[in-house]
Amino acid sequence: MTRKKRRMNFILFGLVVLGIAAALVLNALEDKIVFFYSPSDIATKTEVAISQKIRVGGLVKKGTWEKPKTGLDHNFTITDLRHEISILYKGIVPDIFREGQGVVVLGKFQPDGKFRAEEVLAKHDEKYMPPEVAEALKKSGKWKPLKETK
Amino acid sequence: MTAEIGHFSLILALVLSIFQGTIPLAGAALNRNQWVAVARPAARGQFLFVTIAFLSLIYAFLTSDFSVANVAQNSHTLKPILYKFAGVWGNHEGSMVLWVFILALFGLAVAEFGNGLPPTLHARVLAIQGLIGFAFLAFILFTSNPFLRLDPPPMEGNGLNPVLQDPGLAFHPPFLYLGYVGFSIAFSFAVAALIEGRVDPAWARWVRPWTLAAWCALTVGIALGSWWAYYELGWGGWWFWDPVENASFIPWLVGTALLHSSIVVEKRDALKSWTILLAILTFSMSLLGTFLVRSGILTSVHTFASDPERGVFILGLLVFVVGGSLTLYAIRAPMLKGGGLFAPISREGALVLNNLLLTTGAAVVLLGTLYPLILDAVGGGKISVGPPFFNATFVPLMVPVMLAPVVGAMLHWKRGDIGSVLGRLKIALSIALIGIVATGYFAENIKDLLAAGGIGIGVWLIFGSTVEISERISLFRGTFSNSLRRFARLPRSQLGMAIAHGALGIMVLGITASSAWRVENIQLMAPGDIASVSGYSLKFDGTKKIIGPNYQGERGTFIITKDGKKIGTLNPEKRRYPSANSETTEAGILTTISGDLYAVLGDERKNSAQGGSSWTARIYFNPLVAWIWIGAILMAAGGIISLTDRRHRIGPPKTARSPNKNNNKISSI
Repeated sequence: MTRKKRRMNFILFGLVVLGIAAALVLNALEDKIVFFYSPSDIATKTEVAISQKIRVGGLVKKGTWEKPKTGLDHNFTITDLRHEISILYKGIVPDIFREGQGVVVLGKFQPDGKFRAEEVLAKHDEKYMPPEVAEALKKSGKWKPLKETK
Repeated sequence: MTAEIGHFSLILALVLSIFQGTIPLAGAALNRNQWVAVARPAARGQFLFVTIAFLSLIYAFLTSDFSVANVAQNSHTLKPILYKFAGVWGNHEGSMVLWVFILALFGLAVAEFGNGLPPTLHARVLAIQGLIGFAFLAFILFTSNPFLRLDPPPMEGNGLNPVLQDPGLAFHPPFLYLGYVGFSIAFSFAVAALIEGRVDPAWARWVRPWTLAAWCALTVGIALGSWWAYYELGWGGWWFWDPVENASFIPWLVGTALLHSSIVVEKRDALKSWTILLAILTFSMSLLGTFLVRSGILTSVHTFASDPERGVFILGLLVFVVGGSLTLYAIRAPMLKGGGLFAPISREGALVLNNLLLTTGAAVVLLGTLYPLILDAVGGGKISVGPPFFNATFVPLMVPVMLAPVVGAMLHWKRGDIGSVLGRLKIALSIALIGIVATGYFAENIKDLLAAGGIGIGVWLIFGSTVEISERISLFRGTFSNSLRRFARLPRSQLGMAIAHGALGIMVLGITASSAWRVENIQLMAPGDIASVSGYSLKFDGTKKIIGPNYQGERGTFIITKDGKKIGTLNPEKRRYPSANSETTEAGILTTISGDLYAVLGDERKNSAQGGSSWTARIYFNPLVAWIWIGAILMAAGGIISLTDRRHRIGPPKTARSPNKNNNKISSI
């Protein structure tokens, strides 16, 4: 009897802990996760609220970015070769950030339609393409597999 | 030639593992002593052959034998010798060879040090180890052979990814694998015990040192990885809740729970089937971690190659190991009779609390790691689950885990009195409250208030553990020499535990301060410009060209002064590796007790007015950040001290004490 009771206590306590964890997780899934969109998603179908933090990715469009002579303000356009978004970013771009490179940016749309990035991610390797960007390019029908360089 | 020797040795090891994995099991079931006796020589042979293979691969790397495809793809003649060596496991195939090498090493250790074990249990444990070895050797030989030849061999290799060429990272994989693979011993013991149908305190005493050793190694491995991320990635952070980090953190959390629950089995003969389950889960999570990192599902520096065949193989292995062991558990666990009963407020109760919260925390981290993969697989869109998610879910669950250990360690077994324990802890309690009030007083926002709570928790753990030890040695209550004598006689496991708990407190202080009060300053600096961060002035002195063994780059100089006195320089670097055609950023870091000054060079702007180039620079002050790794290392040190406890050294007694069965009344309270 007592053994059963102890086991019940154990299970009850476990359920309480799990319940709390589930509540925390559900609450966090509401507003702590960040969605990824391609420029085409934004242009064609998706409604994104101004205040919503999202990630967008694509290639840095040729001829839209120049290393700023002074200051830290970067302007560039990312494209999935069908649609594009212009990005504002204040800070230091990654080492291998350059035109034609696949990048992912995290930030919010401004009321004027420009996207203000808080973070710009480009991976360590020139050959590397962020998977989201590769997918976005495939969807826009512009995907060209990189040549194997080995 | 050496590559062929290595390849052949792996095949021999595979064949031997079939024998090791089957004959002893059959022998134990059929009572054939000669079959049972196969286990030990098989484990020795296993170690011998895997070691030969591992050494052949090391030899190929050290001599830059580019006729071996793996060496050609991952090494380079100009690479420093340390990274030629570390390059052995800096790639998928080689890291798997390291995996089986460590597995074979643990197998040998069990074979040699398992003399006190009942022969059938010993044979079964080694057999399960043999089966795990078989799976991984087959994986290597059929999908990831490191000894494939290239014809004709290239003149020069491709080189190791430059961000991996770093001393911290050279030793990150071996420690991580010592942890992952070390948990396989606990797993094998658990499965063997399920087959035997018997778990008793002696069993826990055999399992505990292995679990503890694996846990220490995993702790160091994770700490090295996080330290590397801190100084190499140049973002000033030390933990990003990246899926590959989580993949190592989940087994650590479940392993920590296992470490604590096995104490209850050992001392009180209770929580047996729960402990068995944890042993299975810990190793399963280690395998899952290997799967996530190696399959190419997650893209990161860890993903050396994404070959779907490998992913399918490891997934199959995972399903087989987890499914098989859990099925065995479902069938056999009800046979395990529970032992000592206990009241909710007792040391057992505290350990149960620890276990439930740690495993729930692990489940939450697992969910956050897998959710984006699952959502993507079902077409639910691409999301990322980052620090905000884990801060909102995992951190609150850990608060009680951090509060409990000091109290739990002072509670009596079976039935404790929380009031009297808190009374004995009143000094620690008051210091923690002072810490909270002192930091809370200066709070400007909710974040600062939360941080004050974190400081309180850290102080509580440190002083609580100190009080616990001082009480045990009667410090301030007798002569000092008496206390010293008591200290010398203190069981090492007690001391180790108190150190580990205090170290957790040091870590909590570091985590809290560096997350809450970090200062970041990004600016464009010409030579002569001064940046000020947290009371420090950093004067930029320009950059110089540097030439390393396999890279070129620029090294900047920042002269740090505080109150007009020079206290040091920072030399962040920007390196370009021509062989890999990539760049890395090396942070310049000055570590002090109160925090780290951390500078990273961004990009160069030529033709500035001052003549020399200007650079964008990112400068951080990370308060107490070094305490995180000091805490982690001390935590592992606590584990090692506990490992040297007499009862592990002498070996377990031949017969287990019978559990006390006359305390049934207590649990009804």
